[in-house]
Amino acid sequence: MDEVEIRLTVNKKERRARVMPRLLLSDFLRHHLGLPGTHVGCEHGVCGACNVLVDGVAWRSCLTFAVQVDGCEITTVEGLGSIKKLHPLQEAFWEEHGLQCGFCTPGMLMVACELLAKNPNPTEDDVREAISGQLCRCTGYQNIVKSIMSAAQKLRAASEKAA
Amino acid sequence: MKPAAFAYERPESLDAVLKLLSGRRGRAKIIAGGQSLVPMMNFRVLQPELLVDINRVPDLDYHRVEAGELRIGALCRHTTLRDSALVRQACPLMHEAYQWVAHGPVRNRGTLCGNLCHADPASEMPAVALAVDATMLLRNSTGERTVPADQFFRGVYETAAREDEMLVEVRVPLAPKGQGWGFHELSVRKGDFAIVAAAATLRLDGGKVSEAAIALAGCGSHALRPSQVEQTLIGRTPDDSVLAEVAAACAAAINPASDIHGTAEYRRDLARALVARALRDARGRCG
Repeated sequence: MDEVEIRLTVNKKERRARVMPRLLLSDFLRHHLGLPGTHVGCEHGVCGACNVLVDGVAWRSCLTFAVQVDGCEITTVEGLGSIKKLHPLQEAFWEEHGLQCGFCTPGMLMVACELLAKNPNPTEDDVREAISGQLCRCTGYQNIVKSIMSAAQKLRAASEKAA
Repeated sequence: MKPAAFAYERPESLDAVLKLLSGRRGRAKIIAGGQSLVPMMNFRVLQPELLVDINRVPDLDYHRVEAGELRIGALCRHTTLRDSALVRQACPLMHEAYQWVAHGPVRNRGTLCGNLCHADPASEMPAVALAVDATMLLRNSTGERTVPADQFFRGVYETAAREDEMLVEVRVPLAPKGQGWGFHELSVRKGDFAIVAAAATLRLDGGKVSEAAIALAGCGSHALRPSQVEQTLIGRTPDDSVLAEVAAACAAAINPASDIHGTAEYRRDLARALVARALRDARGRCG
């Protein structure tokens, strides 16, 4: 089973690698690229902790092989913001207590990011639907919904200011 | 929780895909969305020697109306179909059922054709395919054939598709004018596979039922359609008591299994309740 050469962009950085076809994208990001922000919970698509954006669309990285994203643009939680400058979503999760243990947070942030890009003014129901495939075992869903609603407001205010 | 090793090919034409499948005796698997396949590979329930990735094959990601049918290509994702105004119009039952299918990231990748080939007994879309008399277009390297939905689903994860065949398109007859539809389901968490799901369509002529279809998921080794029970609706006024009687007859006609999510008796009772609700919705939507 030969290794396959792939080229892709991860968090705006060009990457080249040789990978076995069986290598999951989640493991490629964590172990080969040293980006452990993408969490691995169930490894069968149920928990959503491993969501990343592929060309702007949320995918389960545990149900994707690294070879499949050859040529794609990936955004992981590390690509959202930095410690010094948090993304508005990260800021809102901090302010609204949208995380407790933090395990589900990267996956929550990535689906929230996809939701707000498509729908800048979501209802609470839209938010609940968007995170319905994400498990939070601290059961902190109420504050997660609150955080995403708050981030939406921040992002709307920022884009109005820019306009 | 890591898949066994496999070889990987990503052909750029359908011919090349079909060639790769031929002569492999089932040791090659197609990956489209991979949302059912990869979990099975991660659990090592499946260990294909060769994975044929069809995601870069052109002209497979479509859904369009052609020759009086809604035609859906092998790479058409659940998200596309769920949000499609065309599906809403051409097959409102499918649109309705899609409100119950999976979660965002899974729908972004998963395909209708892949879902039908996976043939999970508790999946919604096989029941829809049965209720609307969909047809499967299967192709191998030597030719193609069509298989009606009622002959496609054979058992748990088992379909009529042969090992060298690919489901390239699903064909759904356009919903006839005036047809009402309903879909109800109970699952542990919304978006999970159904414990039981019921789909129904009705047409009325002068207040009496002229056409009826009922399909169930989660009640046997594959989605099923209790055709004999449907027939008892024809020519009758679909008042609540008639619909309740037909729903009870559906429950009596099935032979569900017991598992961790519910006993056979519970499933039968769910089928009774959900079929009645689906039929009542269908009645209310008849034009």
